[in-house]
Amino acid sequence: MKVSIQAQDFDAGAEIRALSRDPKVGAVASFVGVVREVGMTLEHYPGMTERALQKIVEEARGRWQVLDCTVIHRHGALKPTDQIVLVVVASAHRGDAFAACEFIMDYLKTQAPFWKKEAAGWVEARASDDNAAERWK
Amino acid sequence: MKVKVLYFAALREQLGTAGEEIELPSGVGTLAALRAHLRGRGGAWQAALADGKLVRMAVNQDMAPPSAAIKAGDEVAFFPPVTGG
Repeated sequence: MKVSIQAQDFDAGAEIRALSRDPKVGAVASFVGVVREVGMTLEHYPGMTERALQKIVEEARGRWQVLDCTVIHRHGALKPTDQIVLVVVASAHRGDAFAACEFIMDYLKTQAPFWKKEAAGWVEARASDDNAAERWK
Repeated sequence: MKVKVLYFAALREQLGTAGEEIELPSGVGTLAALRAHLRGRGGAWQAALADGKLVRMAVNQDMAPPSAAIKAGDEVAFFPPVTGG
């Protein structure tokens, strides 16, 4: 299990390949979030961010069969088309991999202490994100 | 009883500070009570921490409800609803 909060970009292909090496793995699901339309700066709460993501990954491992998992989230200044976040989940079968990957993203959106600021100001939280997280309860 | 209090994102800008050490008055033992105490400073504090404002809180780097207890040495944080991902 790997959680990384970093300013630098990541190589999604390399991260996916790294989770495909265990012969027990039959499915690797991944999600990449990308900056859309306008640039932004991402602030976070160092320490709590890592802790919150670890807890979300642990929660996913308790619900589904997860063999390995990688979560990378960037902070700092990002421009349109830049990658922001990566979630990779390796499992024996696709059902567990898809579900755990979506669950981790939905919880990250409402539980991990990141805040986006665009030129027009701070981005407001969306009710649709709360609803997406609620459906897993 | 001292606690470390941190402020993030829009709240940090509105309050003009990223954090401080606070000596808690007696009777301030929960997040809700601390929020009310800070609101009592008036001005930007009154506005940013008003009852109608959505403010999330954490104790020792875990999200916590307004009823959560705080004790000496805790790290408490106030911030807007999160917008990562």
